[in-house]
Formats: sequence, C-alpha cells, structure tokens
Amino acid sequence: MADNDFDIQYVANLARIALSPEEEGKLSTQLGDILGYVKKLEELDVTGVEPMAHAVPMANVLRADEVQPSISQEAALANAPRQANSLFVVPKIVE
Amino acid sequence: MLHELTLCGLAAKLDAREVSAREAMQACLDRIDAVDGRVSAFMSVDRDDALGQADAADAALAKGATHAGQPLLGVPVSMKDLFCIRGQPANCSSKILGDFRSPYDGTVVRKLRDAGAVLFGRVNMDEFAMGSSTENSAFGRTHNPWDLERVPGGSSGGSAAAVVAQECFGSIGTDTGGSIRQPAALCGCVGLKPTYGRVSRYGVVAFASSLDQVGPLARDVRDSAVLLGAMAGHDPRDSTSVPTEVPDYVAGLGGDLKGIRLGLPREYLIDGIDPGVRAAFDEAVKQCEALGAEIHEVSMPHTEYGVATYYIVATAEASANLARFDGIRYGDRVDGDDPFSLYCNTRGRGFGEEVKRRIILGTYVLSSGYYDAYYLRAQKVRTLIKRDFEQAFESVDALITPTVPAPAFKAGEKMDDPLQMYLSDIFTISCNLAGTCGISLPCGFTGDPKLPIGLQILGKPFEESRLLQIAHAYEQATPWHRERAVL
Repeated sequence: MADNDFDIQYVANLARIALSPEEEGKLSTQLGDILGYVKKLEELDVTGVEPMAHAVPMANVLRADEVQPSISQEAALANAPRQANSLFVVPKIVE
Repeated sequence: MLHELTLCGLAAKLDAREVSAREAMQACLDRIDAVDGRVSAFMSVDRDDALGQADAADAALAKGATHAGQPLLGVPVSMKDLFCIRGQPANCSSKILGDFRSPYDGTVVRKLRDAGAVLFGRVNMDEFAMGSSTENSAFGRTHNPWDLERVPGGSSGGSAAAVVAQECFGSIGTDTGGSIRQPAALCGCVGLKPTYGRVSRYGVVAFASSLDQVGPLARDVRDSAVLLGAMAGHDPRDSTSVPTEVPDYVAGLGGDLKGIRLGLPREYLIDGIDPGVRAAFDEAVKQCEALGAEIHEVSMPHTEYGVATYYIVATAEASANLARFDGIRYGDRVDGDDPFSLYCNTRGRGFGEEVKRRIILGTYVLSSGYYDAYYLRAQKVRTLIKRDFEQAFESVDALITPTVPAPAFKAGEKMDDPLQMYLSDIFTISCNLAGTCGISLPCGFTGDPKLPIGLQILGKPFEESRLLQIAHAYEQATPWHRERAVL
C-alpha cells in the first residue's frame, strides 16, 4: 500500500471534481493521514480469505421481462438544468 | 401537551377519537415554531401539505378506519432529507441537488403512507449521509437538544434531534456505519438499524449500497417496533431486499430476559471509553443480568479493523454512486466548455468538503494499481469481521456494547480532523459491514453537563424481533426513556 505517490490532481480528475489549490493542499494532507491509518489492514493475513462484496449472498435476482409503468418523459425531464425538444441539453461533444 | 406523547400514545388517542390528526399535526407545527429556531432539525416543512394529509387521515377515521388496520393513521413522522417523496425536494443536505423535486414516492414512503402516516418535514443530515455530527450539512448544523453547543451526532442528526425535541412522533433515517444509532445515542432516543435487506432502498438516495439501510428513530422501543413493522418487507424494486416474512414486532414485545444469552465483546471495552459512558454501560449489563439474562464474554478479534475497512468499502461505493450527480439530468449545473469541464465544475462547486474527500478516497482505492492493495484487501477483512459475528452468535443470542465511546462532543471540535471524526463510529460500523441488525437505546446520562448515553444491542440477521424484545425489557425496567430535554 504505497501512499507516498498519492497524486491529488490525478485522482480528483478521475473523480471529475475541480479543486482549488487550497483544497488540493488540505485534502492531500488529510487523505495521506487516512491512507496511513488504513495501512492497519496490512497487519492481517488474508491469504485464502474470500472477498465479501455483500452481506446477504444473493445472485441473479431477475424479474419477468414485462413492460411496467414508469415515470413520464415530462416528469423525467422536469428537473433538468437545460432541456429542449424532449432532450437533455449538454455542451457540444463533437466538432 | 399533545407533542409530549409517544407515537403509540398518540395512535391510541387518535383511535379513540380523543384527538384529531389535524390537532396532532398542528401540535408538531406549533412545537417547531417554539423550539426549532434553537434546534434547527428541520430544513423545510410544507405546512399545507402536512395539514392536508392530516385532514385526509381524519376523513379516513371518520369513515371508520382503525389503527389495527393502519397503525400510523394520522401520526406525523419526519423524514431525513434523502427520501424521494413525490413533488417534494430531496437535497441530501447538499447544494448540488439545487431545486430538485422527486418525480416519485420511494417504497418506504409508499409503505408508511399505506400505514396512514402523515409524512411531513425534511430533517437535516450530514451531506449525502457522510458524517457523524450533522455539521457537514450545506444548510447549517443541527443542535443537540440537551446542550445546544453540542452536536446531535449524525448523519441522521436532524431525525434524532427532532424526535428528542418532540417536534415529531418519529423520524425515518438511514444507517450506513452508525448514522441512526450514533445520533440516537447522542440525543437520547431509540434508533434501530435493521438487517441489510430488511427494508427496501428503492427511492433512497444511495451512499454505500452494500451498507445502507433505512430505519426508525423514535421515543421508545414500542414506537420503533411499530415504525419498523410498517416499513419492512421484500420489494421487487430493490433486488437486495430479502424475501423473508415480516413478523409482528409489537406482538413480540413483553417479558423478561430469562434464558437470553448476551455477549460482551472484549474488544469493545477498550481504554479510552469515557468513564461516564463506561459506568452507565456496566450498570446496564447488571440490569440485564438482574432481568434474567446470562452474560458471556465473547471475542471479536477483528473489531479494531472495522473503521479502516469501512472507509475503504464505503468510499469506494460512494465514488460510484455519486457519479450520477453530474449536472446533466437534475440538480445545479455549473457550465463548462465541454462535458468534462462541466462535470468538474458542477461537482467542484456542488459537493461539500467531506463529500469530495470521500469520493476522492473512494476513487483512489478503486483506481488502477491500487484496487488489490486497498479495495480487495478491505473486502477480505470484511469477511473476517462477518465471521467474528457468526462465531459470537454461535454462543450468544445478541451482543451488548456502548453505542459510542463518548457523549456528544462540541460543535467544531472534530471538523478539522476527519480521522478522529471517523473513529467516533468505532462501535457501530462492524454491524453494517456484517449486515446484521442493531439498536441503540438510552441507558443513562453523564453528570455535568447532563448528556445522554446509549446502549447498543446487536442481533443476528433478521432477528429484529429478539432485538426489540431485549431492548424493551431493559427499557421498561429503567427510567431513561422518560427523561426529556428542557428547551
């Protein structure tokens, strides 16, 4: 668990979060402390232990492939910051 | 005064037609006017909507509806600000959701409505349920009714404070690492985290999907049993909800603790527990013994790894869940020249500090090159923690521990040290990782200042009935649940 190479700008970019220089400094220090703390887990031998993603083992919970009621297009668009012609409006993606 | 009643006390009076639902709702609104300026539990109250629901309950009562059929008929219940309620805001105490209004009712909301509840008022929380003090709300902090300088706990701090300040008859919160039990302990009410899968998460804004669970905060154990009964059950809309029968939680109450085996986990009784908390806990253990319980010491050797495991698993899941807040489909948008900068600007401006910290941590532990070292290892330790519970439950029926190592702390005390804040959840976190159920109930007060202390009981998966029965026996033998904060 190497945390010395923790690059706040790189990770914030992956997370799509713009940070101010002050935030970068503060978060970097705090996350360094937290990563130092979670190093505790290295003390344990986990050889042969199954990872657990979920408390209740259930797999492939499926329902019948039938059309069911859902919210209307109008309701789905009602909260959009920008919309037009029944579509969400976003900045231009391709030239 | 009406607002002083328990939920069951109010339901009995409504059923007897001694009071109307409108009077009960008005009593809550009057109480909010009288005390919420100091407590700040509520973010908003839609008064017309609340009184309209109360009138509808009165109309049903006039037509002969009963509380045997609808146990919550006409009972005002407040909701943490992360439940989808049709036509109402759900801000998660964050700026990023802007003027969002939910287009649908979540399952818990629908079930509570079916039981007759008047769902009113959004109560404060830590932003996206990330925090232990309700100080991480973008809309200001909530105050502990016992000492306004102190925090109510979190993240369901608004729920706990509203119940204890008698501004509602019960409140619905969520618990991802202790977010129901910890504020219940710090404010002095009952808080129940059901087993993972017991209550549907459909229509609940997700923080960490493998840990989140919805549960009640209430004045006493019986009230908690009624609320849980109304919410529990399988929901086809939540594929992680478990199709098992929901017992009658109220009918299961009563009796003593004869033959009940309670486990005292050695690793929870660490140095560093506040002496007042320790004394109250030791007294509570004696009380349980006097009521007939057998006390056994048990060992849960991986307890000390709970917080580290949690802050990897929970933040990893949060980083994925909160990707949906991107300024495209709902919430506030901060423009950019291209979608990438729009996302970064929107999220940089919209999320508060703790949320950014956790998303970035979660992104890191899942990122290429670090996944095995952090996330996969934490998932394996999670297995070890779950095994601790399974082994303990082979010899005991439930575990008893303090809920929190110390009483409510002062606002601002831990805001600059996130790690210290995280460590206040040390006794509540393992229950979520193991996916089992837990309850916190009052077990005494510290001396000066007088602050509530919580007793935690952890039960086997889907044995909420037993948990409530044990808690009820203890509660009925002690005076703590009758204490009221003076406001």
